[in-house]
Formats: sequence, structure tokens, C-alpha cells
Amino acid sequence: MIIGILGLQGDFDAHKKMVEHLGAKTLLVKTSEDLDAADGLIIPGGESTTMTRLLFRYNLVGAIKRFHRKGKPIFGTCAGMIVLSKKILNHPEQFRFGFIDIAVARNAYGRQIDSFEEDIAIPSLGKEPFRAVFIRAPKIESVLSKKVESLAKRGKEHIMARQGSVLVCSFHPELTHDTRVHEYFLKMAQNFR
Amino acid sequence: MEKGTLRLKVGLAEMLKGGVIMDVVSVEQARIAEKAGAVAVMVLERVPADIRKAGGVARMADPKLIKDVTKAVSIPVMAKCRIGHFAEAQVLETLGVDYIDESEVLTPADAEAHIDKFKFKTPFVCGARNLGEALRRIAEGAALIRTKGEPGTGNIIEAVRHMKLINAEIKRLASLNHAHLRDEAAAMRVPFDLVRMVAEKKKLVVPNFAAGGIATPSDASLMMQLGAESVFVGSGIFKSSDPMRRAKAIVDAVTYFDKPHVVAKVSMGLGEAMEGIEMSTMKKSDFMQDRSQ
Repeated sequence: MIIGILGLQGDFDAHKKMVEHLGAKTLLVKTSEDLDAADGLIIPGGESTTMTRLLFRYNLVGAIKRFHRKGKPIFGTCAGMIVLSKKILNHPEQFRFGFIDIAVARNAYGRQIDSFEEDIAIPSLGKEPFRAVFIRAPKIESVLSKKVESLAKRGKEHIMARQGSVLVCSFHPELTHDTRVHEYFLKMAQNFR
Repeated sequence: MEKGTLRLKVGLAEMLKGGVIMDVVSVEQARIAEKAGAVAVMVLERVPADIRKAGGVARMADPKLIKDVTKAVSIPVMAKCRIGHFAEAQVLETLGVDYIDESEVLTPADAEAHIDKFKFKTPFVCGARNLGEALRRIAEGAALIRTKGEPGTGNIIEAVRHMKLINAEIKRLASLNHAHLRDEAAAMRVPFDLVRMVAEKKKLVVPNFAAGGIATPSDASLMMQLGAESVFVGSGIFKSSDPMRRAKAIVDAVTYFDKPHVVAKVSMGLGEAMEGIEMSTMKKSDFMQDRSQ
């Protein structure tokens, strides 16, 4: 199994290390051809504005849409979640794929000084708490359809969700040593194969 | 809930990887940088090339300018404080700056000590010419290291020298036994555990970016191929004839640093690069990189 990691910009390195640690092969995706070999795609954290400009300029938008149409799994963390969402409330002009019916707000918890980490519960991944790292994080402000399954909440806010082949979270599991979220995604990719 | 942890500080640097951080001196320039695909902007009163020309004492930028830039763009905002000037750093933290650069580009405020960066929730980036400097800054709490290079010269030779030296020194550490690592730690005046970790990982324990003299897409590609994980461009963009085009070209060259045909394509017809300075024409006192150890 080969997991593609969008390597245009962001913390693709941290995802790569975690996926390889779990025994899967990785491929940094920088061109549309790179995507052909991948069984799943991770869109990492980083700057969504930078990623979006490069996605267009290097013809990756169409390729990722085709990848999604085939039903191949896609996992977005932080900026990756923004790019996959249906609506970006505070930047409505910004491009997004709309693969998951959620409305998000960018930098919704504040600037870096407000970045935080805390233990959260992800019921489907077991009783052990998960250390969630939020860095200038986006917020899922609302869920727009019943197709979206919430996988984790922080108070009333959804922080991890899935719609079919698309998985998103507003935090960074790749910055911890807890591999459970990535294992969950690898299973999605395995099941698709 | 925990804030200001090392993981959060280094985490933001991880998010900036494969990107370009651009020096800006106005809200308008910050907007251009964001539109061009910068991952962050660095706010200062003058770009390094102009600081060099102006002489005198270079200080932290006007807080109003910094505040205005944070309102104008959605990407992270960095700002520089003088080396050792923890009061400027406190002001920057209060303004909500996302990263503080304790920078040799400004006139140092303390001849002996750098800022105790663990006292801040805001992460710090610091420059280094060699491994000893890099590790001393990390031991003081820096969450990101960049080469010093020679700012404002548009000449890449010093950044190359610093990046290669740091990599060679890490490689050498990795070949040493614990007794020798202890000697190295003492010689560099840093904790043994830090030296041991670097020797084991064969990497600095925080990301390592390039800065100081980057003026063209090829310069950016060169630094990335030498092991930089992102680049800072100071004077290189807004001292060139077509800043928007050059900024975009350097962003592309950082992502596709390993694809020369992309670097070639984005470099075509970019117009004049900034005017450069040859090192041998500079006086010893002109070197900003020698302002701290």
C-alpha cells in the first residue's frame, strides 16, 4: 500500500514519518502523475493559501478531484481540512474542494499565542485519551449534512469528522507519537484496495 | 489545556516547511507576499539592504505597522527584535506576533547574552553560522534555526557556507562516542543531552531554514538541496524590479527545488534581481553575521 502525501508545503515530513513507522510506503505528491500510484492521500497542515495557489498552478486540482471520484481515501489535517471543506466562512473567496459537508473558519482559536494542546476523547479509537495539538487551528463551525459522521468533539465543537472516503481533523495527530488516527486512515485505504 | 509548549512552538515551524517567509515593510507588501504564496511575512522597518545603507541603530519595527500587518493578512506574522532585547520581545508577544526573530540584522542590545526564550509562549527563530551557535540558541529555547548568511547582500555564499558547515558538524558528531560528545558539548558550551540527541538523530532537534542572501529562484533551490527546509527572503523580493513575479517564482522554486525544469521556467524573464554585494568589498565591521556568537 502506498500513501501519497501532498508535498507542496507544510508538515508533510511529520506525516511521512508516522505512516512509514506504521509500515506503509509513502510518496510525496507534487505533480498529478505522482497521484496515480497512491492508494490514499494525506493533505497536511501548513498554509492553505500557499497550498491552494500551487494546487492550481501545477494542475493538481483536477487530479485530486478524480482521485476522490474513484473513492480513494483522503485525510486532511488542519490546513488539509480547510482545503477539503465545503465552506470557509471567514474566507468565502478561497478555493476548497468541498468533499466534506462542513463549514470551517480559519485561525478560529486565535494566533500562535493561543495555540494549545490537550487530551481529547476519540470514542471509536478506544478509551485512551488522545493528545490533540491545535496550532493556529481552524474550527468546524457547523456540519451541513447528515452524511458527515462526527468522530471527536471538544465541548460542543466537532474536531474530527468523516464523510465516506474523506477524513478530517482540526488538530495534528502527526505531531504526537500516538498513531491511532493514522492507523484508522490506513485501514480506510486498505479497505478501499 | 497547555499553551506555549515546545511541541507547539516547533509545530508551527513544521507547518512552515517547504515555504518562503518574506520580509515586508508595509501592509501593501504583506498583501503582495500573501498573494504570491508566502507561508509567513516578517515585518521590519527596512529590509536588510536598506538597513545596511542607512547605518545607525536598527530596532524593532513600529508596533502600529506590526499590528496593521497582522490585521491585513491571514498567514503567520513574524517580527524581529534586537539580540538580547527581551523588552522588545515582550512587546512583540503582546502584539500577537506568531514568531519572534531574535536577529543579527538589527543592532544587538546585549553584548553578552541572548534572550531566555523559554520565558515566552511565542516561539523564537534565531540565526546561526555553525553548529555551536545553533545549539546554544536551541538550549536558550529557540524553536527554529536559520542560517545567518550575510543579510542584505543578495550574495548566497555565506548562507551556503553556514548550511554546509552545520551539516558537516552534525555528521562529525554522529561518528563520535559519548566521551568525545561530552568534550564537544563542553567546547560548544551546551548541554550534553542536546549534543547526544543531535548525534543520534543526525539532525538539529528543531527545523533548519536558510536565510541571508537569497535573491533568485535558483538560490532558493540551492539552499533546499543543501538541506534547508524552508527559506527566508529578506531584501531579495522587494528590492527587485518585479516583486510579485519574483515572489511567486521563489515560492515555486522552493516546492520544486529538485525539478530544474520548473526552476528554469519560473526564472524566465523575471527582470532585475536586487543589486548584490561582493564579500571582499565589505569591511569587517559590515558583517552582520559576526554580531553574535
